[in-house]
Amino acid sequence: MNEARQPSEGELQAYADGRVDPEQKAVIDLWLAEHPEEAERIEFYRRFGDSLRALYDPVLDEPVPGRLMRSAGARRGWLSVAKAAAWLAIGIALGTIAGWQLHEWRAPQPFAMDSAAAMARRAAMAHATYSPEVRHPVEVGADQEQHLVTWLSKRLGTKVRAPRLDEAGMSLVGGRLLPGESGPVAQFMYQTAAGRRITLYVRAEARGHRETAFRYARENNVGVFYWIDRDCGYALASADLTKEELLRIATLVYKQFD
Amino acid sequence: MNEAERLVELIPRLRRYARALVGDRATADDLVQDTLERAWAKLHLYRRGTDLRAWLFTVMHNVHVNRVRATRPTDQLEEEMPELAQRASQGDGLLVRDLDRAISRLPDEQRAVLLLVTLEEMSYETVARSLDIPIGTVMSRLSRAREKLRAMMLGQGSARLKVVK
Repeated sequence: MNEARQPSEGELQAYADGRVDPEQKAVIDLWLAEHPEEAERIEFYRRFGDSLRALYDPVLDEPVPGRLMRSAGARRGWLSVAKAAAWLAIGIALGTIAGWQLHEWRAPQPFAMDSAAAMARRAAMAHATYSPEVRHPVEVGADQEQHLVTWLSKRLGTKVRAPRLDEAGMSLVGGRLLPGESGPVAQFMYQTAAGRRITLYVRAEARGHRETAFRYARENNVGVFYWIDRDCGYALASADLTKEELLRIATLVYKQFD
Repeated sequence: MNEAERLVELIPRLRRYARALVGDRATADDLVQDTLERAWAKLHLYRRGTDLRAWLFTVMHNVHVNRVRATRPTDQLEEEMPELAQRASQGDGLLVRDLDRAISRLPDEQRAVLLLVTLEEMSYETVARSLDIPIGTVMSRLSRAREKLRAMMLGQGSARLKVVK
């Protein structure tokens, strides 16, 4: 057997970070197979990265303290933060019309987060409003799916479709159009045979937005995974599913739109 | 999206990094706050269209270095390393509570590189630019940080390690 070429320390580090191209990886794999001690060391580095992220990623979902929001919005920026807060207030007011108690609107609300987090919040409100509905959970049912997606695509001004979630035991109930912070948004509803429901909230994103990774938020009893991908922002909400179950479905949705 | 909105959007990531860098929540948020204020004061130095995230991490790094200098006597060279729980075998999962202690024992400059690469998932080139060091230094600090952590976590040789700050 040919001796595999010994990779440099830098290459091994990059390998542990998953930053080598397939060709390089094949060479390193071969070498590591012949050097179990090194393989163990590199595997340790890789697992260490996973543990580190598991330890600190929850910080991403903590509410941002007001003093930091104020520092970020200092001087010129203050106006736009105030604007975001105003939009949030409008969103909350709309939630009120949709069946919220008025006194909740008057209660102090956590400060506006970034726009994706605001989307998650609205998705959670929409979920709480419509998912308990027995007679009118959706405006257009799954039996008219083609009509539903054509209509929603037209109103959102971008192509939307209802992902297939059969793999997760979820079937489409239907969908509806909702007022969003800067235009109409779509909500698709799914349920299991046992009647557990999830909703997928979809909004069109302005050009030049940044894509984001999956993030998780909890709003009252509703868990939400949300992300921005290409032309749309998505928020998947459920009060019935565990965070893990919801993440699995979010991954399924993401893959279908990829 | 203007800079203010993008700054706000980046706060959770700054907080995550700061938490891992300095440990406790209040100190970490103080660091983030100083960073944001400094970023506003220096915004004219930021070139539009370049990587705002990398620039912010540069600002945070400088603020952090200054804070450390201000609070820590410069001649604090050695620190006794308390032994971390012994890992019976490398097959064991890393214990998370050991992890943050181990990270806090790394020299500052190694910790910064390790966190930017593994937590912030920055490219090596961006890390080099953010910290204003050559890429070779990024790679050697990364390698040394990881090896040191491995030694700590595995309790190698059960020797009491000394960390030179």
